[in-house]
Amino acid sequence: MKVRLKVWRQKNSGSAGSFHIYETPDLNPNMSFLEMLDVINEQLAERGQEPIAFDHDCREGICGTCSLVIDGKPHGPHPGVATCQTYMRSFKDGDEIVVEPFRAKAFPLIKDLVVSRKAFDTILQAGGFITVRAGSPPDANAILVAKADSDLAMDAAQCIGCGACVAACRNASAMLFVSAKVSHLGLLPQGQPERYTRVQNMVEAMDAAGFGNCSVTGACEAVCPKSISIDFIARMNRDYAVALLKGDSKKPAGGGAG
Amino acid sequence: MATLKSNIPSGQLAQKWTKHRFESKLVNPANKRKYKVIVVGAGLAGASASATLADLGYQVDNFVFHDSPRRAHSIAAQGGINAAKNYQNDGDSVHRLFYDTIKGGDFRAREANVHRLAEVSVQIIDQCVAQGVPFAREYGGLLDNRSFGGAQVSRTFYARGQTGQQLLLGACSALSRQVGLGGVKSHTHAEMLDLVVVDGHAKGMIVRNLQTGEITRHGADAVVLATGGYGNVFNLSTYARGSNATAIWRAYRRGACLANPCYTQIHPTCIPVSGDYQSKLTLMSESLRNDGRIWVSKKQADRRLPHEIPEEERDYYLERMYRAFGNLAPRDIASRAAKQVCDEGRGVGETGLGVYLDFSESIRRLGEDKVRERYGNLFAIYHEITDEDAYKTPMRIYPAVHYTMGGLWVDYNLMSNIPGLFVLGEANFSDHGANRLGASALMQGLADGYFVLPATLSNYLATQKPENRVTIEHAAFREADSIVRQSLQRMLETKGKRTPASFHKELGKILWDHCGMARNKAGLEKAIQKTAALREEYSKNINVMGDGGEWNQALEQAGRVADFIELGELMCRDALHREESCGGHFREEFQYTASDPETQQGLVNPGDVRRDDERFAYVAAWEYAGKGRAPTLNKEPLAYEEVHMTTRSYK
Amino acid sequence: MNLLQRVWQSSLGKKYLMALTGAALFLFVVGHMMGNLQVFLGPQAINRYGHFLKTTPEILWPARIGLLACVGLHMIVAVALVAQNRAARPVAYAKVRAHGATAASRTMIWSGLIILTFVIYHLLHYTLTLPSVNGYGLDFSTLRDEEGRHDIFAMIVMGFQKWPVSLFYFVAVGLLCTHLGHGIGSMFQSLGLKNNVWGPRIAGFARAASVLLFLGYASIPAAVLGGFGGGHLEEMRRVAQQRDSAAPPDQNRMVPIGVTNAAGKEK
Repeated sequence: MKVRLKVWRQKNSGSAGSFHIYETPDLNPNMSFLEMLDVINEQLAERGQEPIAFDHDCREGICGTCSLVIDGKPHGPHPGVATCQTYMRSFKDGDEIVVEPFRAKAFPLIKDLVVSRKAFDTILQAGGFITVRAGSPPDANAILVAKADSDLAMDAAQCIGCGACVAACRNASAMLFVSAKVSHLGLLPQGQPERYTRVQNMVEAMDAAGFGNCSVTGACEAVCPKSISIDFIARMNRDYAVALLKGDSKKPAGGGAG
Repeated sequence: MATLKSNIPSGQLAQKWTKHRFESKLVNPANKRKYKVIVVGAGLAGASASATLADLGYQVDNFVFHDSPRRAHSIAAQGGINAAKNYQNDGDSVHRLFYDTIKGGDFRAREANVHRLAEVSVQIIDQCVAQGVPFAREYGGLLDNRSFGGAQVSRTFYARGQTGQQLLLGACSALSRQVGLGGVKSHTHAEMLDLVVVDGHAKGMIVRNLQTGEITRHGADAVVLATGGYGNVFNLSTYARGSNATAIWRAYRRGACLANPCYTQIHPTCIPVSGDYQSKLTLMSESLRNDGRIWVSKKQADRRLPHEIPEEERDYYLERMYRAFGNLAPRDIASRAAKQVCDEGRGVGETGLGVYLDFSESIRRLGEDKVRERYGNLFAIYHEITDEDAYKTPMRIYPAVHYTMGGLWVDYNLMSNIPGLFVLGEANFSDHGANRLGASALMQGLADGYFVLPATLSNYLATQKPENRVTIEHAAFREADSIVRQSLQRMLETKGKRTPASFHKELGKILWDHCGMARNKAGLEKAIQKTAALREEYSKNINVMGDGGEWNQALEQAGRVADFIELGELMCRDALHREESCGGHFREEFQYTASDPETQQGLVNPGDVRRDDERFAYVAAWEYAGKGRAPTLNKEPLAYEEVHMTTRSYK
Repeated sequence: MNLLQRVWQSSLGKKYLMALTGAALFLFVVGHMMGNLQVFLGPQAINRYGHFLKTTPEILWPARIGLLACVGLHMIVAVALVAQNRAARPVAYAKVRAHGATAASRTMIWSGLIILTFVIYHLLHYTLTLPSVNGYGLDFSTLRDEEGRHDIFAMIVMGFQKWPVSLFYFVAVGLLCTHLGHGIGSMFQSLGLKNNVWGPRIAGFARAASVLLFLGYASIPAAVLGGFGGGHLEEMRRVAQQRDSAAPPDQNRMVPIGVTNAAGKEK
């Protein structure tokens, strides 16, 4: 099969970008979309042209590095997979495929199809953790966790941090990403002590990064390669409301032990 | 010649770690904050080490070439993590985990290291659960376990088929917390290109920012490498495309010894190669072997569909050859057996390089729902890649490069022969011998990062004075900086005809053919010649587009491939010199035959690996001898105090 | 930072405001429909209801002020959210897909603005009874029933007998229902009162409520266009004729109702 690619090329964030058209050679339908880009890049290099920059790493749908909006959908036509798990057999011979970078103010473009998703790290650094020092925890079976809670926490914890939710959301909102981490930790007994400060800090970091708001369209859930549910956003909303009502916890009184 | 002092503490095996911790030098809390430590990599080992060192009070600088620490390839580990918790009451213990690991490694690992690993394994699970890792649980709320290859107890903790992901996100959350608190400075898109050695001690490194192309120098009191394995030397592997050996290779060129490079693990259950365009092989978790049965037809070149082959014409070869462990035989054994049946012409699929992994019996016994609950995501991955439904027809699998047991040589403190250079996780050689058991890589990465390095690092730091730390204007920094710049410039200016990818592909083929699942003298000699020739061609004919002052993926790849070519040659040298078979290193000349007494006693099968403990019970630590010169071989003898080296039998 | 500042400054806080004001407006819309449906109980019932409201300012005015505040806040927050959302994606995609998002969810701001336009018209039409907007040039507040109360029944019937008015009403009520079809679910989502068990139930409730609201509201102009209430107008016209037998009715101006004329003449 052969396809025609319309790819966004942009040298860096400072310069203007535009679409370029590339005709592929004959492809094996069992090739992944990224392998198809590899083939094009090899061709470009042979012709002395600069290859297309695109992000990728594990190529098995778990590292969250690959991105791309393929024909209007982050990670390509199929639900529940990442771009690296999208195969050429999903397209027809002769198709024109539009390939764009993830677009959001909070994801500034680096080059061609590569954007920076640092904002996600900043949000996690604000509160996406349970404070625990190596060496101090109790025995792993000391605290029982209901299987239902643990399973639900795992559903949320599967997030690969790819940013497709932001890319698909008409508001470029990061709610699904943030709520997945808030819910994962908030559902477990181990996450309770920091539950409300966590949600508050993470939401504030999210807002500061310039993401949009939630319009509950469900687009994020539809494109998520791990099919994470927007019910987690409701959970985050609830926790944040409780956090607001609780207010700031009292600062400890000054003075240390001698 | 390098001096290799293993620094294994004296005393009873089970007491060594406790004793060593007590005898280690300490740095007092007020002084810790004056020390600066560089950690390269943020996989399980790097992230956990960075977070824990910062918790202790050290100033930590963490470097990753990815856009975020969370992308490290530990994230792709599927099956689970071992720990000697004995929650199942099935007779597990620290000693049993230790023994299984030593035996699994074919008696080529360091005894004291492995025992320490088994000891801290229980703490790892506690730590991860406290961090919020959502391990699988039973209905009563207790943790669940599954069994894994090379063990007869269920000691593997898991989080669906994404255990590595959950453990890494746990470690990264600890790292994130410390970044937020200012204890760790996180450098992303930052690739280490050289180690800076000042007066024989590792004191810093040179880094290229992949986004801007900027070259920077970073000084510290100690440098920790946790940069993973070098399996991508084979080009096609289950590693991430970005996984590379550049950090350890550049350290090697600065004098760090590289130990046992020929010990590579070929994982038995991967999706077979389907075409020449392929960039990546995908693993199907070993946990599938709990419920799947591996078979091929008894006939050669049997073109029938699997369901057309009647039960009595199927050869469940692992169950036949290794009765006690059956489908759960260790990885090296399962992989070689698959190769053997395919070499006999009994392989399945279009290429004939594949065997069936069949779930029909489990589906009959447990029901499709139960199988779906256990392995649903793996079946889905299989379906995506092959377009086949494994609930209806058996999976086709074939071995693929998955892990490297070899790595930089380290002592008991995880310090290399360059003082101040520490190496953790897959990047070091220490714990798995010649073969790693399933679910032990995650255990080792976290053991090194959370518990071992934080306890042993102070031994070195206590001998160093932070006020004496040299600045990055020191001659050693300037020299390393200019070497890095020159080598980047050379690659950009060669303007040859071949892309880095094409060199990588060719290298991979040479190594897979001659230094893969089976090796022999003639093949290895040929491979050494071929890799040398490839290196020569590379220097004249590499083509890198673009320039160095910007995001340039071809330039990144070019540097990594150059290192792989040199490393590939060293692997072949190591494989050639090791005239025995052990674990993942199978030399065709050294195998059991039907007439050997061990075979006749029923301990092994003909074709099983045959060790030579008299000549090769040592760690082969290779030392760089300069450009164009053969590397020097250093030997660290493996002295076993408690365990007796025996024939490794899984029958 | 105090609570209100926090609510206003955070993305989630703004959504709480949308949800809470939306919930209040939803309850109003339900109550208003219940009130309006009394039209089917005949002129007595609805005129009594209207009279009760008019003569009880302690209920009427707090309700009006509260509603106005809710509408105002709902709008202001919506505009602020939309502005932020636009800013969050400065470069648009060349190819855009909905990813399963319903049309209702993607057009909330537009359905909201059209509903707002309608509400303004609706207030001018029936609350402020501006003569210039009802197609008769008549002040509807001058309509009186036999007991001298404001004849709301007659006002409704006359108002909807003008088909363009009814058409605008159908459109607006239709949009209100798509707005609510998405809005009710979002309300629960934004306040966090939703999970995998209640999600489908809430979605079902939202669908049912919006359909019922549409049917309830639309039934009135539909009935009027179908002839409902014509008898009452005839009756009132007859009464007026009897009382003002001296003066011939003016058919062209369509103001046949005696009370109006009487009132006009009394001045």
